[in-house]
Amino acid sequence: MSIYIDEHTRVLIQGITGSQGSFHTAQMIAYGTKIVGGVSPGKSDQVVEGIPVYDTVFAAMEKESVDASILFIPAPYARDAALEALYAGVKLIVLIPEHIPLHDTLEIMAHARQNGAVVVGPNTFGLISSGKCKIGFMPNRYFIPGPVGVVSRSGTLCYEIIGQLTNSDIGTTTVVGLGGDRVVGLTFVEVLKEFEEDPATKAVILVGEIGGSAEEEAAAFIASSMSTPVIAYLAGRSAPPGKRMGHAGAIIERGRGTYKSKVEALTEAGVQVAELPKGIPPLVKSVLAKT
Amino acid sequence: MKLFEHLGKKLFYRYDIPIPRGRLVESAEEAAEAAAELGDVVIKSQVLTGKRGKAGGIAFATSPIGARKEAERILKTKLNGLRVEKLLVEEKLQIDRELYLALTIDEAARCPILLASLDGGIDVEDVAEERMIKWPIDITIGLQDYMVREICRLMGVTGDLKKDFSGILPKLYRLFRELDAELTEINPLALTPNGLVAADAKVTIDDDSLYRHPQLPRFRGKTALELKAEELNLAYVELSGDIAVMANGAGITMATLDMVQYYGGSPANFLDFGGGADVAKTSQALELLLGTAPKVLLINIFGGITRCDVVAEAFVRVRESKGITLPVSFRLVGTNENEGRAILEKVGIKTFDLMDDAVSHAVQLAAAAS
Repeated sequence: MSIYIDEHTRVLIQGITGSQGSFHTAQMIAYGTKIVGGVSPGKSDQVVEGIPVYDTVFAAMEKESVDASILFIPAPYARDAALEALYAGVKLIVLIPEHIPLHDTLEIMAHARQNGAVVVGPNTFGLISSGKCKIGFMPNRYFIPGPVGVVSRSGTLCYEIIGQLTNSDIGTTTVVGLGGDRVVGLTFVEVLKEFEEDPATKAVILVGEIGGSAEEEAAAFIASSMSTPVIAYLAGRSAPPGKRMGHAGAIIERGRGTYKSKVEALTEAGVQVAELPKGIPPLVKSVLAKT
Repeated sequence: MKLFEHLGKKLFYRYDIPIPRGRLVESAEEAAEAAAELGDVVIKSQVLTGKRGKAGGIAFATSPIGARKEAERILKTKLNGLRVEKLLVEEKLQIDRELYLALTIDEAARCPILLASLDGGIDVEDVAEERMIKWPIDITIGLQDYMVREICRLMGVTGDLKKDFSGILPKLYRLFRELDAELTEINPLALTPNGLVAADAKVTIDDDSLYRHPQLPRFRGKTALELKAEELNLAYVELSGDIAVMANGAGITMATLDMVQYYGGSPANFLDFGGGADVAKTSQALELLLGTAPKVLLINIFGGITRCDVVAEAFVRVRESKGITLPVSFRLVGTNENEGRAILEKVGIKTFDLMDDAVSHAVQLAAAAS
């Protein structure tokens, strides 16, 4: 079983003719993702990596059934592209761009809710069902199938941790990048809920960071509703308050969102928090040995 | 981007939200002139910090001479470390009652939220939970009249006050939406014999939306280096240590800083030069770091969208043109790592595979250099 996506998921790429869009189309195809079409207004005469390009999402959906769309679209145009996908009937939207205006993100989220669609991101590396389907731009070779589910707010840090797992011969079921923005579509709680119900996922790694209250909400959910063991790593222990550490969401404001509060909440919920990324594989091995 | 009170009030005025009569001044002389024109006045320091009153940044005067004296004093003080450059001199309001009104973003619920209370004039955190009305707004329909009526009912606002208050809500919402605000707060919203007046203004505009608001002034509480980094589109934060850090990705950069501290070192900065940077951008990032005169340079690259050979090439280029002599600890793995390592080995630089090794080496180098 897989969560959100699997080998049958039919994927559309909005912004397929751009440099990022075309490069990652090739990467996703190489990973095995079923790409059924691309969208780039005014460029329907083109073919990218053997994939047909359509002028609009509606045009693509006249030809193909589409389960998910990934947006390689500059931030100022992301709102329009996301609404187009939502109202054309796409039920899973992956928002890659960073710096989407906050009010645009709020509108996208409200319309997604009204259309019963799931939004991953913005400012995410995407999501991947290991060995089956990649909708994002994470480096292919680290994502091998295995028993661990991973959910992360940041990209490269997540690769670092997945890299450490791979070096210890531990693979993953699904890896979900929530995105580094302050308002994102999927939350830790929603993804944890899916992992809890996924029989293939034997342990979960939560990669969080300072800012906001998503980790604290995750801790409450883990305490009340999870039997699958969870291991966590959090970035930003040394971050000064009031400074935005790269991600829009990574900021300690008015004493909220601190490293300490998150570690305490998670520890209280029975989550083992690794002090360094290299501490994760041994913890995972020990919980897997018990299952 | 946080706006100064006087700029927030200018926006209120543009949206027809009543504000006190007042003048923005830069000297005690001008403050006295303003007082001569306005009568009893309040003199408010224009700095981007909360609790100005407690810090001595707000004063009252009943004469031009008094206003001059107070203005002189405030212009000389530093408020929470910030120099006062401008003062807002306003008519002193006759306040019968203080309300609270704000629009902000509920990040967890992913929607705008309106906050209103009859207990204004105090720190918002001190308002009793049951006395604060919190009304989430569906952004696809906006603030409707029925919501305004219901908010008034919940607050217990009636009569003339209700009429006045109901008029302000949609104006504030319009400002919030049209200007991409993260926060618009009026505290206190003062009830005077002439009706409601916004006695203070806190407005924060979403940085990511500034491109579509060219009419707004630009101001950030950032250092010169942080502004330079912003120009280069790099995420940079100045810290107080001696190990300059450069990594790709916000999360891993934070984790690198944490690890520096874990091994007993002290980072000089946060610098995430982003994913997929080219040689020129990577070089600029390196040059920026070298300008901070650190003892050690720590580079941590896990290449996904970022290519190791590009980082290595940029490093060699900057090293040659700027004559880098400081010790470097370099971790380089991921996309094109073999090509990247080869470039560095040619100039005699070894790289680490593991983040831990690179970080602990950097900490040792820093200790040896001091």
